[in-house]
Amino acid sequence: MAGKLFDYAPAPESRAIVNIASSYGLFINGEFVEPIDGEPFKTVNPASEEVLAEVTAAGLQDVERAVAAARAAYTNTWSRMPGRERAKYLFRIARIIQERARELAVLESLDNGKPIKESRDVDLPLVAAHFFYYAGWADKLKYSGFGDQPIGVAGQVIPWNFPLLMLSWKIAPALACGNTVVLKPAETTPLTALAFAEICQQADLPPGVVNIVTGAGETGKALVEHADVDKIAFTGSTEVGKAIAKAVAGTKKRLTLELGGKAANIVFDDAPIDQAIEGIVSGIFFNQGHVCCAGSRLLVQESIADEVLERLRRRMSTLRLGDPLDKNTDVGAINSAAQLQKIRELSQIGEEEGAQRWSASCEIPERGYWFPPTVFTGVTQAHRIAREEIFGPVLSVLTFRTPDEAVEKANNTPYGLSAGVWTDKGSRILSIANRLRAGVVWANTFNKFDPTSPFGGYKESGFGREGGRHGLEAYLR
Amino acid sequence: MTLTTSAIPTDVASSDSALRRFLHGLPGVDQVGAEARAAALATRSIKTDAKRWAIDTAISMIDLTTLEGQDTEGKVRALCAKGIRPDPTDASCPKVAAICVYPDLVAIAKEHLGDSGVKVASVATNFPSGRAALPVKLADVRDAVASGADEIDMVIDRGAFLSGRYLEVYDEIVQVKAACDTAHLKVILETGELATYDNVRRASWLAMLAGGDFIKTSTGKVSPAATLPVTLVMLEAVRDFRETTGKQIGVKPAGGIRTTKDAMRYLVLVNETVGDDWLTPDWFRLGASSLLNDLLLQRHKLSTGHYDGPDYVTID
Repeated sequence: MAGKLFDYAPAPESRAIVNIASSYGLFINGEFVEPIDGEPFKTVNPASEEVLAEVTAAGLQDVERAVAAARAAYTNTWSRMPGRERAKYLFRIARIIQERARELAVLESLDNGKPIKESRDVDLPLVAAHFFYYAGWADKLKYSGFGDQPIGVAGQVIPWNFPLLMLSWKIAPALACGNTVVLKPAETTPLTALAFAEICQQADLPPGVVNIVTGAGETGKALVEHADVDKIAFTGSTEVGKAIAKAVAGTKKRLTLELGGKAANIVFDDAPIDQAIEGIVSGIFFNQGHVCCAGSRLLVQESIADEVLERLRRRMSTLRLGDPLDKNTDVGAINSAAQLQKIRELSQIGEEEGAQRWSASCEIPERGYWFPPTVFTGVTQAHRIAREEIFGPVLSVLTFRTPDEAVEKANNTPYGLSAGVWTDKGSRILSIANRLRAGVVWANTFNKFDPTSPFGGYKESGFGREGGRHGLEAYLR
Repeated sequence: MTLTTSAIPTDVASSDSALRRFLHGLPGVDQVGAEARAAALATRSIKTDAKRWAIDTAISMIDLTTLEGQDTEGKVRALCAKGIRPDPTDASCPKVAAICVYPDLVAIAKEHLGDSGVKVASVATNFPSGRAALPVKLADVRDAVASGADEIDMVIDRGAFLSGRYLEVYDEIVQVKAACDTAHLKVILETGELATYDNVRRASWLAMLAGGDFIKTSTGKVSPAATLPVTLVMLEAVRDFRETTGKQIGVKPAGGIRTTKDAMRYLVLVNETVGDDWLTPDWFRLGASSLLNDLLLQRHKLSTGHYDGPDYVTID
């Protein structure tokens, strides 16, 4: 396999293109402002532990100010503006994102730890596409089937795994429908959201339409509990999602949640095997497995399990782990020390419960947070690594004998965000997909996203859909 | 349904139906997935030392080819000189793997290549269409071998393959292999005419089962010629074939490979699909005519830091 003869020289993407300030305030009412009661905290590069910048954890009064700005912008400007005018702003934002794509990709990789090839080839194109897509809807809302009136001020809380992409999933439909937003990016990945704030200025977006308050859980809590917020949209862990649902219960607020997952990737014995191996690899090792819809449970038909595993290990040995800015890196850094700790703990538990652990042998850099691509075999439904979301590059392999058993095992989880089916037989794809209780079912592929396609969960993976026409529902009345 | 590494039945070539059973039992190829994988590998960034290694390796893997009706002794002589010493100003530049010509020019190529180590490859079996009676094709092969060809690039009968007469294709390869004597046999699948990746995988296995030493994508006379995904599928086939039989088979993409960037992408594909064992001219070749000059330009660029004009490489 990838051997010793052809040794790729380092090919780092230059970071000179990004200009990171030493400290950032909050983006409220179209301006970067100093906090009233916020506290500074640091954001680091997870690949080197280097401090990238100091940002502000917005306090209660800061959140108050941001919501007030959003309310004023909603009442005075944005909700009154004709859809075709709002569309112009969104198209402009989309174009600026494309123009600044390289810079944003580097910044994303620096702050998040994901490989530049992913931020460059996946995240950024999708971010721009999302704004373009919803810009197109802004003047056609009455054909959406969900009404054509905005809801008001949206409080949006997003995760650290796809910082800018999740921002676009939240902000683009909200703005297209005439809502204004207060967005809280994740604590460990605030920088691209702050760069997006600059883009809003560059696009001359009216002040207050987009407000960005950085911070951790407390800031998010303040936003969620704020009385003048009409709609909460959250993407993140099921645990926090449940807390938000409780906080919102009994209020007039509307809520959508996109939470965890433990997706089954089902490989039948007639699968296109080489492509299935690629799909298994991208299903769980894409973005270091920090993907809520990751194919973290491989369900493989018993008759081909040994062969699939052998091929999988061989393929995993070619994965290149290391500097996220190197253009040839396949697996980057784990986003934070806390997440690394969680992945280690669950992997440890997997071993203690009797599953067999195998990791690709790869050199782990000295500094930063790293975890090698890992696969557990001999996993049963009873194991914690088959039930709990690890949110890291760790695959649990289970086997099945019949299609019924595959479906039963795939659905036997509190989650239901995504699933994959691999078979050369079209009729089987359709019948299995119909029986899987998951929001997205990929057939002979995995982890493919498109702004026109709705995304969301069953059961504890949340409710509401983002993307496509369906994604408008949460922001219209 | 069996996967490739399960054993090959001993009677696999006993009848059309046995061959069909085996070839159609190979795992399918998902077109979207195969193309996505090839495209992903094409984004590898090859710089500095790695690029230097890749350029020299690519040069040493070239089957420098001229297959035109207008070929003459003079043209072949020039090509041989170029193949032995691609860069007259730099002795450290490797020589190419082989010179590839039509059978009637083999003797001339042989004479000019002498003991340089550059091999003579000859297309045969009524290249490029393969439309002739078997005795004619075999005579074509024997003629090339008798003239001194070290390697024979045969074409399969695509008509027979597409109409499902697998045994006929198989038998023909077996007989051509016998006619080759000690010459190495490269089997051209003409993937541009096979159309689907499933067919490419089946034809690859058919050629390997019948005793081909190399499988080659294209004649260069049909579009599309070599592509990255086709080559990926063929590399997977030789990898799986070695796992099943222990026998290693070479791969040669040919046609449409014109730039250094193209060549490096093929090497990346080899590196990450089958690895070191195939990264030598014994097991991987690039069939090309204009590629060499671009490699030479890039080689100069790496050593001098600037591009020479096209007048600084020889036009042959």
